Amino acid sequence: MAKTRMENARNTSGKYVVARVSDVPPGSRLIVDVGGREVGIFNIDGEFHGVLNRCPHLGGPLCSGELLGLIESDGPGDFRIDTSQTFLVCPWHGWEFDLRTGQSYFDPARTRVRHYPVEVERGDAIVVGDAADRDGRRPGPYVAVKVPITVSDDYLVVTMGAAAGSPRKKA
Amino acid sequence: MTAVGSALERIDPRRHWDGAVIDCDVHAAVPSLDTLYPYMDTVWEHMARDRGWFGPYGAAATYPPNAPSTSRPEWRAENRAPASGLDLLQKDVLDPMRVERAVVNCYYGIDTLRHPDWAAAIARAVNDWIIADWLDKDSRLVASISLPARDPAAMVAEIERVGDHPGFVQAFLPIRSDRLYGQRVYHPVFEALTRHDLVLGLHWGGTTEDAPSVTGFPSWYVERYAAEWQAYAAQIASLLAEGVFKAYPTLRVAVFEGGFTWIPQWGWRLNKEWKGLRREVPWLDRRPLDLIREHMRFSISPIDSGPPDALARIVEWLGSEDILMYGSDYPHWHDDDLGDLLPHVSETMRSNIMSETARAWYRL
Repeated sequence: MAKTRMENARNTSGKYVVARVSDVPPGSRLIVDVGGREVGIFNIDGEFHGVLNRCPHLGGPLCSGELLGLIESDGPGDFRIDTSQTFLVCPWHGWEFDLRTGQSYFDPARTRVRHYPVEVERGDAIVVGDAADRDGRRPGPYVAVKVPITVSDDYLVVTMGAAAGSPRKKA
Repeated sequence: MTAVGSALERIDPRRHWDGAVIDCDVHAAVPSLDTLYPYMDTVWEHMARDRGWFGPYGAAATYPPNAPSTSRPEWRAENRAPASGLDLLQKDVLDPMRVERAVVNCYYGIDTLRHPDWAAAIARAVNDWIIADWLDKDSRLVASISLPARDPAAMVAEIERVGDHPGFVQAFLPIRSDRLYGQRVYHPVFEALTRHDLVLGLHWGGTTEDAPSVTGFPSWYVERYAAEWQAYAAQIASLLAEGVFKAYPTLRVAVFEGGFTWIPQWGWRLNKEWKGLRREVPWLDRRPLDLIREHMRFSISPIDSGPPDALARIVEWLGSEDILMYGSDYPHWHDDDLGDLLPHVSETMRSNIMSETARAWYRL
């Protein structure tokens, strides 16, 4: 699994430039260091998702887990796989999280992976700032982090200061 | 009560409970193959006499006639097998313990007979004998259907034949079998059971082509006796993992003679493994222990009681006040003490154990 430690550029709004779009082609992932925290960037058919590389269950390296479709069943022997939904499965204990929402599948009441938006921005629009501020989030024992990712021209931008825990879907 | 020693008094529910008593597990023993001849086609009688065959060996292998566990000393009868007649059951249990209703289970070891037609014929004969000599003669009794457990099609046929008799409230299968009961070859049996609103009973006994333990042949009866709960765990795990309760959501299961103290810890393990492995069994869409609480009830023979306060904690861990049923397991001897259990549970649970859980489960 590719893992990079970049000299991340950050502006005053808590945004970090973490990679070039071309670094994460569809179907691939990249684990990057953002202000001392590891974030997994996933490209699912051109849609970018960021997840903190820490399982809310026991802190496992969530972002190195398998990506699998949703399996549903109406009875013995009935397997229906929905590949339009992608689940990230923690390699330690098999917990499954909906990559789009951070929602845990089997125990939705207790566990949610926090979703960070990932954006792509033009390189010249980024203002480099100082060290990261405290983002004010209060990650609970069973809340992991999904990271907002935006795309600006050629760059993937992770927003570490985004509202904690709110599932965000990229256009 | 008859003149019995203090040992029997310890299991007398009337020492601990004044309310209704429903005994979910009393046994009827077939006195001999001769008893069944009037209930089977003559060809089977001739076949047996011609061979000098005296019936399936399974009952004696499962309950060695002289083993202490096979019958309480007070319940042994002179020149007769324990529990081999309604008069014995009435004298030993129904009358002195003022039992309102009792569920009769007859384990004749039919599963030890590999003959496909003969086994089915014996099952029919046992069921008709139970109707004639037990159900028709004492309105306190209901009973389990005996099934030819090696042959799912024959099992279904027997459920269709007698399943609507008002005295049959359950069909029981021996806990050891060649194949795990959750597997799809048995699903038509569960379909028939739910259609006739019959409980599936899982009961001590049975034979397999393999060793009776999970990993080899024990040398001694005590080993087998103490390890038998493993077979119960394997069968329950199979019913859960194979999605039987998803396919037959109204199926009710009663578990006899397997104990219950192992259920909470083992259930937690099931729950934990399911969290990581549920993708391979997507039809198992709830915590296994929750399904056990919903679909299964356990007789309290044996109680397997350790220190009373520890037993109370285990009962609490079961997580349901509606999961245990009083069963004397007459005439078997577990040497349990109801006083170790009843005083340590709530009034509601005491009532449920002694009558109300079984009343609801069997629609009595």
